[in-house]
Amino acid sequence: MTRFLAMRLLSLTLSLVAASVVIFAVIEVIPGDPAAYMLGLNADPDAVAALRDELGLNGSVLSRYLHWIGGALQGDFGQSYTYRVPVSELILQRTQVSGPLAIYALLLSVLIAFPVGIIAASRRGKPADYGIMAATQLGIAVPNFWFAMLLVLVFAVKLHWVSAGGFPGWDGGLFTGLKALTLPAIALALPQASILARVLRSSLLDTLHQDYIRTARAKGLSRRQTLMRHALRNGLIPVLTILGLQFSFLLAGAIIIENVFFLPGLGRLIFQAITQRDLIVVESVVMLLVFAVILVNFTVDIAYAIADPRLRRHR
Amino acid sequence: MIEIHDLTLDIHGTGILHDVSLTIGAAEVFGLVGESGSGKSMTALAMMRLLPEGARASGQILLNDTNLLALSEAEMCDLRGREIGMIFQEPMTALNPVRTIGDQVAETLLVHGRASRKEALVIAAEKLARVGLPPEDVPLDRYPHELSGGQRQRVSIALAIALRPRLLIADEPTTALDVTTQAQILALLKGLVAEEGMSLLLITHDLAVVAGMADHVAVMQNGKIVEQAPTEQLFTQMKQPYTRQLFEASHHQPDRRVTARSEPLLSVENAQRNYRLPGISLFGKTPVFQAVKDVSFTICKGESLGLVGESGCGKSTLSRAILGLEPLQGGRIVMDGKEVQAGVHMPAELRRKMQVVFQDPYGSFDPRWKVSDLIGEPFHLLEAPPQNREERICEALENVGMPIDCGDRYIHEFSGGQRQRIAIARALVLHPELVILDEAVSALDVSIRAQILDLLADLQARLDLAYLFISHDLNVVKAITDRVLVMKAGEIVEAGTTQQVFDAPQHPYTRTLLKAAPQIPRAWRKEHHA
Amino acid sequence: MKLPLQLWIGFGLFAFFVLAVLLSFFWTPFDVTVLDISEKLLPPSSRHLLGTDHFGRDMLSMLMVGARTSIAVAIIAVGIGVAAGVPLGLLAAANRGSLLDEIIMRGNDLVFAFPSLVIAILITAVFGPSAVNAILAIGIFNIPVFARVTRGAALSLWTLDYIMAARVAGKRALRISLEHILPNIANVLIVQGTIQFSLGILAEAGLSYVGLGAQPPTPSWGRMLADAQTMIYTTPRLAILPGLAIVLAVLGLNLMGDGLRDFLDPRLRRARQ
Repeated sequence: MTRFLAMRLLSLTLSLVAASVVIFAVIEVIPGDPAAYMLGLNADPDAVAALRDELGLNGSVLSRYLHWIGGALQGDFGQSYTYRVPVSELILQRTQVSGPLAIYALLLSVLIAFPVGIIAASRRGKPADYGIMAATQLGIAVPNFWFAMLLVLVFAVKLHWVSAGGFPGWDGGLFTGLKALTLPAIALALPQASILARVLRSSLLDTLHQDYIRTARAKGLSRRQTLMRHALRNGLIPVLTILGLQFSFLLAGAIIIENVFFLPGLGRLIFQAITQRDLIVVESVVMLLVFAVILVNFTVDIAYAIADPRLRRHR
Repeated sequence: MIEIHDLTLDIHGTGILHDVSLTIGAAEVFGLVGESGSGKSMTALAMMRLLPEGARASGQILLNDTNLLALSEAEMCDLRGREIGMIFQEPMTALNPVRTIGDQVAETLLVHGRASRKEALVIAAEKLARVGLPPEDVPLDRYPHELSGGQRQRVSIALAIALRPRLLIADEPTTALDVTTQAQILALLKGLVAEEGMSLLLITHDLAVVAGMADHVAVMQNGKIVEQAPTEQLFTQMKQPYTRQLFEASHHQPDRRVTARSEPLLSVENAQRNYRLPGISLFGKTPVFQAVKDVSFTICKGESLGLVGESGCGKSTLSRAILGLEPLQGGRIVMDGKEVQAGVHMPAELRRKMQVVFQDPYGSFDPRWKVSDLIGEPFHLLEAPPQNREERICEALENVGMPIDCGDRYIHEFSGGQRQRIAIARALVLHPELVILDEAVSALDVSIRAQILDLLADLQARLDLAYLFISHDLNVVKAITDRVLVMKAGEIVEAGTTQQVFDAPQHPYTRTLLKAAPQIPRAWRKEHHA
Repeated sequence: MKLPLQLWIGFGLFAFFVLAVLLSFFWTPFDVTVLDISEKLLPPSSRHLLGTDHFGRDMLSMLMVGARTSIAVAIIAVGIGVAAGVPLGLLAAANRGSLLDEIIMRGNDLVFAFPSLVIAILITAVFGPSAVNAILAIGIFNIPVFARVTRGAALSLWTLDYIMAARVAGKRALRISLEHILPNIANVLIVQGTIQFSLGILAEAGLSYVGLGAQPPTPSWGRMLADAQTMIYTTPRLAILPGLAIVLAVLGLNLMGDGLRDFLDPRLRRARQ
C-alpha cells in the first residue's frame, strides 16, 4: 500500500508539472508583448518596461517558468495589474465562494444519487424504476445554468423565498452563507445527480449478474441483503470514476453558474480578467482549477484502492 | 432425505426439465451426469429456488416432507445455507472480490443469526481449517485474489458447509481446476460427507468423477433423466443406449494409422521465454517470470506429439513461441531447416507451414466475417490470393465434413462442434505440415469430442499432417498421440512414447498426474469393451 | 427486427432539429439580421408563433438559426475527438504495455485535467472569443474520451483467439486493427459519439452563455440565454424557449444513444432473437 501511494504521488507530481508547463506555454504563445497588451495602446513606454520587469518577462523562457512556478509554490502568484493587489489574495477571496459551492453541489448530488440509484436497481423493471429512469433522462438533458435561471424565476421572482443572487459572505454566519449558495448548488447538483444515479443503477445491475451474488444467495441472503452487502461495494467502483470526472464538470459548472446568481467567485474573476487581459490572473486561476481536478483524480485513485483490494498490490 | 417428484420447468415458455424425479438418501453421494444443456444445473437451481427470471417450476421438491416449491421467498432464505448449501463451477468468480475470506465464511453464520460476529469468525477459522486452509497458512483477512483456484474452491466449500447443511449441492465443482487439484477437492468432499453425515449432490459432465465418488447415479439428457441406479449397477448394466453412448464417447479411441517418419520437421532447442512481471520498478531489476525454461524436443513429419501439463506450466506460451508470435529469450526453434522469428521478421512461407486450432469455439472467429472469409484468412500468407480461392475453401470444408454451402453464413449460426470443424478447416486451407492443437477439444462435450478426435485422426492419415497436441486431459492425449511430453513449471520433466509414459511413468510428477486423473474402475469397463 | 421505442423517440427529436437547421438555410419566418425595435418583446401570436425578442427579432427564426451553431459546433467537436482519439486508442491497444501506450495514456490523463471550459478560457485568452474556440475546446476535450473508450474496447478484443488467428495468418497490428478491431468496436464508438454530441451541445451553450463561444450577431442558444437573463423578471419566455430547445435536442440524442446501445449490444440482441 505504501508503494502504491508512493507511485500515485509521483504521478500526481508529474501531472502537475506537465499541466503547469502546458498552461505556461499557452500564455507564452500570445502574440505581442503581454505588458503592452495589459496597458493598452497608448501606454507610457516606461510603464510598459516597469510592468515587464514586474512580470519577470525579461529573462529566458526557462527562468521565467521557474520564477512563476517557484513563486506559486510559495503562494506568490504575482500582482494583478487591474486590481493592483496580489493575485493570491484575489484567488483566496474568490475561492471562498467557488470552493464551498462545488463541494456543496458534489455532496448534494451524491446524497440524491445514491438512494435514487439503489431504489431503481432494486426495483428494476417496476414503475419506480421507470419513473426514475425517465426523470434522470430529463435531468441529464438540462443545462445547469438554464436550470438555475428557472430556479431564480420560481423561488426568487415568483415565490420570494430567497434573494435572486449575490453573496453576503461568510461573516454573517455559516447559515446565511449556505443559504445564498443553496439555489446554485441545487442547480448544479440535480443534473449531476441524474448521471450518477444512472451509472450507479447500471453498475449495480451488472454486479447483480456476477457469480458471487449467486454464492451469497445460496448462503441464505435475501435479494435486499445481497444488494446492500455484496453488490453495492463492487458496484461503487465504476461510480467512483464518474464521481472524479464529475468534479471537473462541477467546477466548470460552478464558474458558469456564478454568472446567473451574481456570485463573486472565481468565475467572475476570470471572465473579468479575460476582458481586461489580466493574464497573470488568468494563468493563476487556470492553474488552480487544473490543480483541483488533478488532486480530485488522485483522491479517486486512492479511493479505488480502498474499495478494491485487487488494486492494492504489494502489501 | 430429499425427493424430487415430476419436476417440470420452463423458462419463458421453453421447456427445460420434463418430469424429473429422484431421491437422495441421507449421507449419500448422488451423481447427476449429463452433457451441456441437459438440465442438470437447472435441476440444482430449482432445488435452491434460485432459478433465472421467467422460470416456472411445477412438481414437488420435498426436503423432509416440506415442499420447497411451495415455500415463500423469506422461508427459502432461512433454509438456504442452513439446510442446503451449494458450490459452483467457477472458483475465480464465485467469491466477492472486495471482502476477506473470513468475512465471507462468517457471513453464512451471521445471516442465519447463529453466532455473534466474534464467534462467527472463530467458527469460520475452524471451517476453513477443516477444508484445508488453516489460519496459520491462509489468514482470515486474505482476499480471494490472493488465493489459487483450488484454495478459492475450498473457501466456497467452507462457506457452504459452515452451518452443517443436510445437503450440499456441488455443480461441476472441479471442472475449472487442474487434475491434481481436482483430486484433492474430490477427496475433501468425500471426507466431509463421511464425517458430517451430510448428503452430496454432485453434478458433473465427467462419468469418471461420479464413478469414483457416487453411491447412486442419474444420467440426464435433454431435460429428462434417462437412467438412474446405484453406481456399480449403472456402470455394469447400462440399460439405456444414451448411457452407453456417453460412456463410450468418454473413452473414445479413434482409429489411428501411424504415419510418423523419422525425418524431423520442427525442433525446439533450449527454448527460454521470460515475461516481465507487472509493476514498474524504479530501482533495481524488473522482476522476471520464466514461463519456459530450457525446453528441447523434436516433432517428426507426420507425427502426433502430445504436450501435457497443468494450467500455468508454460505449454501455451511455448505454442505461441513456435508460431512465431512471441520472441524467445534463449535457444531457438527450427522449422523445416529455417529458424522461426517472432512477429514481422518471420517469413510468410515459414508461417504457411504451421497453423493452429484454439480451445474456445466462440472466441476463435470474428463474428462479423463470413465463414468463407474466416477460412480464407490464412491466404494472406500467399503473395496473391489464389485463383481457385473458392475451390480451396470448399476443399477445406469438405475435409472437415462441413457442407460446402455454409461459406456464406456467419459463425453464430453454428454449434460448438461445427465451429471447431471450421477452425480446423481454417488451419488446413494452406496445406500446412504442422497443426498445433491448443486444447482444441477441451471445451467440447464428450460425444462431440469423440467425433472431432475421429476427424483429426482421419485428417492426419489422409493429409500427412504432424500434430502438436496440447492438453491438460490425459485421456485425450492418450487417444491421439504417438509420443508425449510432460511439462511442469516451464520444464519438460518426462518424454517418451505415449504407451511408455502412460504404462510406466518415470517422473514422480507424471505418476501424480496419472494417479490424480479420475478413472472408471477397470472391472466395470470390461463388461462392454471385452 | 424491432427497434426499441426510445430509439424512435430519440431519432424523431433529433431529426426534427436537423430538419429545422436544414430549412433555416433556405427559409426562416423572418430575417434574423433585421432589427426592428417597434416589434420588440411581442407575445406569441399568429404572426410571430413564439413572439419576438428585445430587438424585435422573431424567436422561432432565432431558434432555427441558433440550432445551426449548436449542432455544427457539437458535430465538428465529435469529429475532432474521433479523428484524433480513435487512432490513438487503437495504437495504444495494439502496443499495450509499451512505452508508446504509456505516453498516450498519460497524455490523455493530462488533457483530461483540463475541462473544456478551462481550454476555452485559455484559447480565448490567446486568440480572443469566437465560435471556433468552442469547437476547439470541446473537440480537444473529446480526444481523450474517444482514445480511452477505443483503447478499453480494443484491449478486450486483443485477447481473443480470432486476433491470434489473424496474427498466425501473418497480419500486422495495423491491418488487424482495421480489419478486426475497428468493425467490432464500431457500436461502442457510435454510442459514445451520440453521448459526446449531446455533451457538446450542452458545453457549447455554456461557453456561449459566458461569452467564450459564438459572438454576436451569430445567434446561438447559449447567447440567447445570456441576453435573456436581464429580462427574466419581465419576459421569462425569452429565457425559457432557448433552454427548452437545448433540453429537447440533448434529450433526443441521449435517447438515441441509449436506444442504440441496447440495440447494438450483442448480448441483448441475442436475447431478442
